Amino acid sequence: MREFWRGFSRNRTTVAGLAFFAAVALIAVFGPHFYPDGPFKLVAKPFLPPGGTYLFGTDMLGRDVAAGIVYGARTSLVIGLTSTFFAIVAGALVGGVAGYYGRWVDEALMRWTEIFQTIPFFIFAILLVAVLAPSVKSVILAIAVVSWPPMSRLVRGEFMAMRGREFVEACVGMGMSDARVIFVHILPNCLSSVIVTGSLMVATAILTESSLSFLGLSDPNLMSWGFMVGAGREFLQRAPWLCAVPGIAILLTVLAINLIGEGLSDALNPRLRQA
Amino acid sequence: MLRRLLQAVPTLLVIAVLNFCVIQLAPGDAADVLAGESGGATPEYMTQLRHRFGLDRSKFVQLAVYVKNVLGFDLGYSFRDGMPVRELILQRLGPTLLLMGTTIVFSIVLGVFLGLVAAAHVNTWRDNLLSVLSLLSYATPLFWVGLMLIGVFSLKLGWFPTSGMESVAAFYEGWDRVVDIAHHLVLPALTLSLFYMALYTRLMRAAMLEQWGMDYVTTARAKGLTERRIALRHVLRNAVLPVVTMAGVQIGALLGGSVVVETVFGWPGMGLLAFQSLFARDVNLLLGIFFVSACLVVVVNLLVDLVYFALDPRIEVR
Repeated sequence: MREFWRGFSRNRTTVAGLAFFAAVALIAVFGPHFYPDGPFKLVAKPFLPPGGTYLFGTDMLGRDVAAGIVYGARTSLVIGLTSTFFAIVAGALVGGVAGYYGRWVDEALMRWTEIFQTIPFFIFAILLVAVLAPSVKSVILAIAVVSWPPMSRLVRGEFMAMRGREFVEACVGMGMSDARVIFVHILPNCLSSVIVTGSLMVATAILTESSLSFLGLSDPNLMSWGFMVGAGREFLQRAPWLCAVPGIAILLTVLAINLIGEGLSDALNPRLRQA
Repeated sequence: MLRRLLQAVPTLLVIAVLNFCVIQLAPGDAADVLAGESGGATPEYMTQLRHRFGLDRSKFVQLAVYVKNVLGFDLGYSFRDGMPVRELILQRLGPTLLLMGTTIVFSIVLGVFLGLVAAAHVNTWRDNLLSVLSLLSYATPLFWVGLMLIGVFSLKLGWFPTSGMESVAAFYEGWDRVVDIAHHLVLPALTLSLFYMALYTRLMRAAMLEQWGMDYVTTARAKGLTERRIALRHVLRNAVLPVVTMAGVQIGALLGGSVVVETVFGWPGMGLLAFQSLFARDVNLLLGIFFVSACLVVVVNLLVDLVYFALDPRIEVR
């Protein structure tokens, strides 16, 4: 663990990314206590510029932009993390089975994965959310459905490399069930690359969520950064902060996660660094 | 080549089946979805639709009928605009292809160039600046880049128009019209290119550095070629291959991005049509757009294979 931390913290940018991400997470968890009225409450005159009583000003209806940012952090993180979790589970399952059994199972599952990789995934996500009606659940489902293929390819590769290793042969020779070999013995060995790719997937998921909500495909009861930009875009000339502030929030959060991902990759896979 | 074409068929088939599954997910039966939720359809039309799609028969028959229609590009009718979906999409295909093509060329050319610069100056300020910029463009949402570009270059500086594809009221013809469209194209294409440019820059840099260690470079040096000639004539050609592969892989994502970019810039392509269909809750139109975009991806991938073949004759077109 200590060694891991040393590898991880060698890079200052990684630590900065982690610090910023921790700050966003804290805001997402505790921030709403400071804005008990929620992000949709009309608090003051519309179009108050940032810097006054309201840190980031107010929007076209007189809602506090800072409150929107705080609640939006919660939405982004919840959707980003949950959808990535489901995508990892689905991807690991498909990739693991394909890599472990090989032959026609592998062939069939990989064809399926390939097709999912070629379809215009964002348009498919739009379609899913539109048909299922926008809600937290449908957005999470849509993002998970479009982001599992890279994970499945990754896990498949790892499994194929490990399938022939002695410890796997030994497990099979001892008469363990396939499920046990897959989940208890091989999967933990792939964990480091799954974590690295997974962390980058969270960043992509947050970007996808923001794009969906920018287009109006977000849960109407939840504030989201993309939605704020979308709502503010008609007032770009009059009140540029309505678009600028939530956009910067997305940018910094995604950047922080990408930096963490790179740091994880350096710390967990020293081999990749050289490649 | 023919085999390649045949391989594309299952992909389209799967997408047609996916479309069908999506319809099943929607509340109400397929006729409700296909007729649109605007309530513009008459009861007679609904019965006719139900009959045509075999909704009175088993799910399997329904699937077969649906897939047959879609593969024949019979995409149904859009109530939002009162015309067949196929025609609606065809009208919007041109602008999307223009935006896509420009973006692909722009991002590959600039990405390759910047990658060359970065590789030629590894670990200097230029290289570092480029890697910081690419990190930033990985993290920036497309719509936000677009809006900020509009804010600065259209609203503040007035250099570029804020939206649309041409100045309709000006009735430009011939070259004037081309120039006018190009003027409108700059910001959307730039917005959509940014991410891919960053991606290709990094790929190109890595590929160049990798290729420099190869034996054929030593041979070329031993022949007395200048470094410049080795880089441009020998290494570049090999290093560009992963970029072309990546460009092919990214087409689907590019089309998704164009929904957002076209929405931001009011670019009258398929993406904007998708956005408008969201407002009208016209699911059938959206299904058609999804299917046509998937076809586009398949076609572009075939083209990429041809480019690949031209770049590297060792690769056979299977």
